[in-house]
Amino acid sequence: MPSSTRASRWPTCERAADRIRRHRGNRTGRAAATGFWRRALRHRSFVLGAVLSLLVLGAALLSLVWTPWSAYDIDVASKLHPPSAAHWLGTDVLGRDIVSLLLVGARSTIMVGVIAVGIGLSFGVGLGLIAAARKGWTEELIMRMSDFTFAFPAVLSAIMLAAVAGPGMVTSITAIGIFQIPTFVRVTRGSANAIWAREFVLAARAAGKGSFRITIEHVLPNILSILIVQATIQFALAILAEAALSYLGLGTQPPQPSWGRMLNDAQTLLFQSPMLAVYPGAAIAIAVLGLNLLGDGLRDLLDPRLARER
Amino acid sequence: MADGDAPLIEVKNLGVTLNTSRGPAQAVRGVSFALRRGETLGLVGESGCGKSVTALALMGLLPDSAVISGSIRLDGAELVGLPDSAYCKLRGNRISMIFQEPMTALNPMHTIGHQVAEPLLRHTGVSAAQARQEAIALLDRVGLPDASKRVDAYPHQFSGGQRQRITIAMALACQPDVLIADEPTTALDVTIQGQILDLIADLVAERGMSMILISHDLGVIAENVERMMVMYGGTVVESGETNAVFTRMGHPYTQGLFRARPRLGARKGTRLKTIAGTVPELADLPAGCTFADRCAIAEARCRAALPAVVDVGAAHGVRCIRTDVSMAAGGVGA
Repeated sequence: MPSSTRASRWPTCERAADRIRRHRGNRTGRAAATGFWRRALRHRSFVLGAVLSLLVLGAALLSLVWTPWSAYDIDVASKLHPPSAAHWLGTDVLGRDIVSLLLVGARSTIMVGVIAVGIGLSFGVGLGLIAAARKGWTEELIMRMSDFTFAFPAVLSAIMLAAVAGPGMVTSITAIGIFQIPTFVRVTRGSANAIWAREFVLAARAAGKGSFRITIEHVLPNILSILIVQATIQFALAILAEAALSYLGLGTQPPQPSWGRMLNDAQTLLFQSPMLAVYPGAAIAIAVLGLNLLGDGLRDLLDPRLARER
Repeated sequence: MADGDAPLIEVKNLGVTLNTSRGPAQAVRGVSFALRRGETLGLVGESGCGKSVTALALMGLLPDSAVISGSIRLDGAELVGLPDSAYCKLRGNRISMIFQEPMTALNPMHTIGHQVAEPLLRHTGVSAAQARQEAIALLDRVGLPDASKRVDAYPHQFSGGQRQRITIAMALACQPDVLIADEPTTALDVTIQGQILDLIADLVAERGMSMILISHDLGVIAENVERMMVMYGGTVVESGETNAVFTRMGHPYTQGLFRARPRLGARKGTRLKTIAGTVPELADLPAGCTFADRCAIAEARCRAALPAVVDVGAAHGVRCIRTDVSMAAGGVGA
């Protein structure tokens, strides 16, 4: 190797070492917040999950301002068209444009998922944390009540609710949300109990903290990653539950499109035009996969123990 | 704080009954001691003898199902039966505790600066910025290198000894009157042990705190406290000035514990001496002396009733009715 090449390499090494040194310096100190985004962009499953989730969100937002065709206009004359320049993915049995249906359907999917999981999370996590912090008969009461709720499947509670409030999206969202509460109660209480048994909680109590502050400052941050992963799973389950309820006529009401209803409409035409089932199925799969990857990524990124710069 | 001689902590006839799956267990019986400001007291005994339960009773951290009898007074104010909200104001503020396991005593999700500043924010009226400065000063005082740079690091970025220094900083944040150190060095390397104990001793002297040091290590007790109590089966079997107890051990259990220590310069192949038998089940304690079943000089009246404390010297008490034999020249089986 010619000596000139070697000489020119040394400064490069020096600079690299310098960069590493500066990099390490950033790790502690107030740079932690910007470090999060830098790490986030390097986390492959987080990025993929975020892209897929944003795709679904983008579709829903786009449908508010533009769809290639109206998702509500029926044109039986052009039913079951194959993909073409006019209808990119073809038309369904009523002649509606599949792309438009998928775009508008993303709205109900997101709404059902967000609201139902929101109901489950807020009530379930709250009750679970109370159960773990209070112990005794409070815990017993909360757990037996959630067992009781758990005993009724979502479909059954939806039918009961529909009998009282009438079928519709609100009914199905509420039913799915209530059905999710006991799952969150159990997951929260189980993992919170494990944190309560840890020595740093004893140390926090020895430092004079009450159970409320311990719950907020010590228990919740430590079970957050479990809850995030659980929430993404529940989001996927909510989408599927909504599809099932729509099939029974209890969910999204026609003409409001939803991926679940599209899937169920396609069921009768499975041999005639199988692609009708593939499109909404793929859309559901993308949403569920995106959320799971996003949840996985968040779990890694939010845990300082896993926050290693590579 | 009436006068200098009034005890800071006064425990009288403390009893703790824990509800276990095997029925009620008398974890602590008839423990009494007084501790003046600036004094140090050692609690020694093997696992399950009631050392930690006594400490947790002082902190008011026993589970709700535990039944506490007797009296614990801090500066004359009764602590037994105090509601939790009132206890919260004392913990970390006037009484602090250092735990055995530094690897788990810190919350992995918060920075160490946050955790050290927390008691200050909670018990004193300082601002967040002041608390942060104070936390850095504390971390510096406990010997954490580069405290101002590492204050925003997380617990997993520190070694065991460093973490124990951090928990000490946490415990000392509010300048407590009483520090309870529950086996603070058990989980650490022997080389680090000495450093941490020296640090604690320095801080106790510097701030005029009282300290209760819990350990199963006689060497640690001998070097670090003025007075000691030996516990066995939930009772204090011997108590007194550390020097007095080590020079004239009165209780057969203390003597057994002393003989069981490993020795430097012992010939290769020498077996460690042990005390025959096992620790009694707390749920099923014998009526008489708890040590009777393992004692070489036990007789029928030892098993009849719990022996009273016998004074064998100035402030040196032994819970044994056979001190005439045990304290005769050479002791038992020595």
